[in-house]
Amino acid sequence: MGVALTRAAQWTSAGSGTGTLEITPLNESLLNDIIKFVESFSSRHPQEAAFVFREPLEWKTQLDYSVFESGYEISATTVQSDERDKDDQPLLLLTASTIRVRSFGQLSRLLHIAMEKKLKEAQACLEANRDPIVKILGPGYGTIEGEDMSMLRLLDRVRKGGDPDTEIKMKIALLLQQLDMQLLNSSLKHISQEVRLTPAAVKNEVDLLKHFSGEGENTVLESLEYTSDYEFSNGCRAPPWRQVHGEICYLIVKPHDTDPLYITCSTAGVFLNGGRGKEKDDIDYERKSDVYKDLITFLRERSAKFVENIVKQDYTFFEEPTYEKHYRHMEIVDAEDLGQSQKFHDYSEKNAFERTKSPPVKSKPIDKKLEPSLKWKNVGFADSRDDKAANKAIKEEKESRPIVPETKKKANILSPGPIKKQSVSKRKVSEKSDEISESSSESEEDEEQPERHQEGNTDLPSEYWQIQKLVKYIKGGNQTATVIALCSMRDFNLAQETCQLAIRDVGGLEVLINLLDTEDIKCKIGSLKILKEISQNSQIRRTIADFGGLQIMVKILDSPDKDLKCLAAETIANVARFKRARRTVRQHGGINRLVGLLDCVPMGSANLTPHQEKDIEVARCGALALWSCSKSTKNKEAIRRAGGIPLLAQLLKSPHANMLTPVVGTLQECASEASYRLAIKTEKMIENLVKNLSSENEELQMHCASAIFKCAEDEETRDLVRHHGGLQPLASLLNNSENKELLAAVTGAIWKCAISRENVTKFREYRAIETLVVLLTDQPEEVLVNVVGALGECCQEPANRAIIRKCGGIPPLVNLLTGTNKALLVNVTKAVGACATEPENMMIIDRLDGVRLLWSLLKNPHPDVQASAAWAICPCIENAKDAGEMVRSFVGGLELIVNLLKSENKEVLASVCAAITNIAKDEENLAVITDHGVVPLLSKLANTNNDKLRHHLAEAISRCCMWGSNRIAFGETKAVAPLVRYLKSNDTSVHRATAQALYQLSEDPNNCITMHENGVVKLLLGMVGSTDETLQEAAAGCIANIRRLALATEKAKYG
Amino acid sequence: MNRKKLQKLAESLCRTAKHFNKIEVECLIKLFHTLVVEPSDRHVVIGLDRNMFRNILHVTFGMTDDMIMDRVFRAFDKDNDSCISVTEWVEGLSIFLRGTLEERIKYCFEVYDLNGDGYISREEMFHMLKNSLLKQPSEEDPDEGIKDLVEITLKKMDYDHDGKLSYTDFEKAVRDENLLLEAFGPCLPDMKNSMAFEMQAFQETGDL
Repeated sequence: MGVALTRAAQWTSAGSGTGTLEITPLNESLLNDIIKFVESFSSRHPQEAAFVFREPLEWKTQLDYSVFESGYEISATTVQSDERDKDDQPLLLLTASTIRVRSFGQLSRLLHIAMEKKLKEAQACLEANRDPIVKILGPGYGTIEGEDMSMLRLLDRVRKGGDPDTEIKMKIALLLQQLDMQLLNSSLKHISQEVRLTPAAVKNEVDLLKHFSGEGENTVLESLEYTSDYEFSNGCRAPPWRQVHGEICYLIVKPHDTDPLYITCSTAGVFLNGGRGKEKDDIDYERKSDVYKDLITFLRERSAKFVENIVKQDYTFFEEPTYEKHYRHMEIVDAEDLGQSQKFHDYSEKNAFERTKSPPVKSKPIDKKLEPSLKWKNVGFADSRDDKAANKAIKEEKESRPIVPETKKKANILSPGPIKKQSVSKRKVSEKSDEISESSSESEEDEEQPERHQEGNTDLPSEYWQIQKLVKYIKGGNQTATVIALCSMRDFNLAQETCQLAIRDVGGLEVLINLLDTEDIKCKIGSLKILKEISQNSQIRRTIADFGGLQIMVKILDSPDKDLKCLAAETIANVARFKRARRTVRQHGGINRLVGLLDCVPMGSANLTPHQEKDIEVARCGALALWSCSKSTKNKEAIRRAGGIPLLAQLLKSPHANMLTPVVGTLQECASEASYRLAIKTEKMIENLVKNLSSENEELQMHCASAIFKCAEDEETRDLVRHHGGLQPLASLLNNSENKELLAAVTGAIWKCAISRENVTKFREYRAIETLVVLLTDQPEEVLVNVVGALGECCQEPANRAIIRKCGGIPPLVNLLTGTNKALLVNVTKAVGACATEPENMMIIDRLDGVRLLWSLLKNPHPDVQASAAWAICPCIENAKDAGEMVRSFVGGLELIVNLLKSENKEVLASVCAAITNIAKDEENLAVITDHGVVPLLSKLANTNNDKLRHHLAEAISRCCMWGSNRIAFGETKAVAPLVRYLKSNDTSVHRATAQALYQLSEDPNNCITMHENGVVKLLLGMVGSTDETLQEAAAGCIANIRRLALATEKAKYG
Repeated sequence: MNRKKLQKLAESLCRTAKHFNKIEVECLIKLFHTLVVEPSDRHVVIGLDRNMFRNILHVTFGMTDDMIMDRVFRAFDKDNDSCISVTEWVEGLSIFLRGTLEERIKYCFEVYDLNGDGYISREEMFHMLKNSLLKQPSEEDPDEGIKDLVEITLKKMDYDHDGKLSYTDFEKAVRDENLLLEAFGPCLPDMKNSMAFEMQAFQETGDL
């Protein structure tokens, strides 16, 4: 307790001599702790309580004689305890107001007697006995700064002679030292909560207040002056011998409504000093008031006028509460993971400029608080970083908060706002981008699981207590005991949540993670074996990440011990199942190290040495960890940059499923990136993926199929799959309809592969289409989307359309049109549309009212579905009997489709134009859509560069010309000139459609003039030479019309 | 020792200490002779006495536990003459540095079986573990934790439930969980120390 008393307690005069203990919260808590210790001493350590002090503790008491009752001998002038030492001296003696106590037993009794005065008594006692240990045990045990040898001396003495006295002394010394530690710790806690001022913050505050001081009604103060103009290099104005006490500067403040105040600003806060003496430069440094955390708080207490006027200044940033509210609000917006709360903390601290800049390392304030003088060495005189940072902060503050005259009050209120908002939003953006970068494969595991608390302490399972005991042994044991406890802990069922949470709740995770930072390999292995198991639990994973476990495990990956590497990688694989953890692994260089683990002997070579086998095991664990990590896009990139792809390709040749699963899993995950898809193709990985489709392991099969699914968007890859014989295993895997995940992956792969015609032919050979049709019913949506997608691709071949019909595929397909899943609807409409190209199929579709269902999908909010439905409608109209009648029977259907011409989506527009082309084939319908204003809507679309749209738009226009005065209307709505420009496109299908449209439009003379003006003749003359007969004919017809008009004009002119 | 004799000795030791090749054995023999102080009395057996050996264990292999170091000495000193001969030195190190798991299990059991009766008893465990826990002054009985630790160990390793560890128990437990090999205190060098020793022993003499 000596150290705590000399260092932590706040004595009024910092010099030696008898100072008094100030009544500060810190001191009060120190005293309370000491009192608690002494009070319980006699009951907890009865033997030591009887020990007689070397010298009595002596102080002036305020206790009255009357409070002493039984156990004391009370006379007129003295009170003596009945308890006496060997020499028959009383252990407690009170004469006049001086009390002498010589044992802990008496001390604790005294405190009991003192009741509410015990705080005062303890204070008086400690003030009178600055180093009580000396009096209790003798001068040899005085508090020595630095290394304390007294324990060692005692130990020696205990060894030498079996003196029971020394043993008790030893025990007391130990107890006191323990108390000392406890006191230091608790005072640290106190101090760290306290606000510490810096010269920079004070200066800033003074500068600010000066701006609002002066003569006049509305200023906050009349004047505010430093007592000294000289500023030391550390920013302090107090003389160096006062700086030692943490004082920064002295101020003379003249408020409007009180006498001048003499104020000391110190690191501990702001308080009133004794003011200036008669001689000018003499300041009475003694503290005369409470300590306030800053100048403004102080002045608020002192001057009513100040409070009143400062409100008028509208400087909201003085008011911390509003600040914090502000932040909290901001935080709610994007608070999404645990790390956030930490950020919030940093944030509010950074901005609360009147507070001390708190250094980022936690340990720093601790030693600062211990030795204020040292702090000054650090912060003040030396040009330390802290100081610089603080200065910088001032600068920033100055820039960001210009002093604005009162007229701009309103704007001023907000001024601190936008600054913060900006930085917050910046952070938000960066976080967002990170979020976006997470791939779609993020699993639901990512979601925070609600914390489940143990209900009450009563029904804790017995494991809880046993685990608690083991954790205690791990904590307090040497490596031997630790290893035993770790092994014993492994005997619990660590897969059980009760055990997992018990380990966490008794503080075991922290201990286990700390063990990873030790040198002892056995402890590390034991700890990792447990962490590996319990990290199956998502709450545990988060806690491990919170304790910084990932960073340490990443470091362990460098260890030469292979077992250790394996365990670390496996544990990382478990922990890195959520975003923040994956980011942590990357940011600490984990990806590079994990990729490094993949490097092992070539696979498949026979007779490996145990050494090589171990290497392969390490690689397997590395792949497992990478698999988990690869769910984040940035990690995919990092794996690639670390050279992971060739290594994965190497491992892919392994014959073992337990190696292949994580490798293919990683590849499959990464195949969402184009760079990986290219690499999978060029590094010849398709061959191995195909080979493993025939594996025994369903999980492996699934990942292979899934990788092929992602890669087969590429045509070459599709061909490679076929070349390596991958289509047959895919087709046969369709028969395994139990494992839905596998089925989804396989059908996906078939879908993408079926984009190539050669592959479709193969699939037909393997009778895959029949199987796919069977899968149209009773399957989860993920499977259905792929099955229907695959059928849609297969239907591009006429033969397959017949197959689908024959095995009854059309009714389930049409049935699926009533679904809601967007991806599924897009695929179903496509498949139905493809089927509808066959008149026989169309009959069935029509019977099932499929067209009406397609039509109603035009109302679907997703443009993809709208477009796909409109495309599907085209072949339906083409192939249905009485198509015109059918279309008219859809109430409001024509209006609906015409209105879709207002869509923004080019694909929708093109598809609707195509549908309109088909609808307009029926004259009656053409009349209806004309009434719905199809002409101006089409004309509006004319200015476009999209060739697909141009093509279908031109066709629609050409069809719509067939009715009434639509030709003229197109001319009036300025559709002609843009159409002429279509002829300059590179797309021949656009040429053909445009020439036909122009031919139709040229029936109207005004349109001919417009065309001619836009130079159509030259363009059409070129088209006349085309090999496409339709184009030739249309171009020639158009030219003929223009020419005829010219001739007619000439004839009219010249008679 | 002359060269021929050295060769011959190395060759014979090479057969018993199978984890070392002949050159390595020679190096170890040479090292042995640099460590042993030639006794003045011709009749005294040449070898490392307890203190010298303990010193090596402490300095080179970082062992600290006096009792364990004594037991290691006993394990090396096969003939119980309180002196480690050159044969015992080489054969001992063969297991100490490179022993197979089985050899190491046997060796560790020997070390832990303090009285050599073929069993590690409760009392022996207590004896070996008694310094393994930080003494908590708050605890009434400071030995309580140790006793508990012994029970935990027995529960984990005593397969036949006879309240003591036979060699079979010990072997089974260690095979099950390798970490338990040095369950009652470190008696084998860690990787760093053994590598450093081998490097020094084999390289230095190899240079000659």
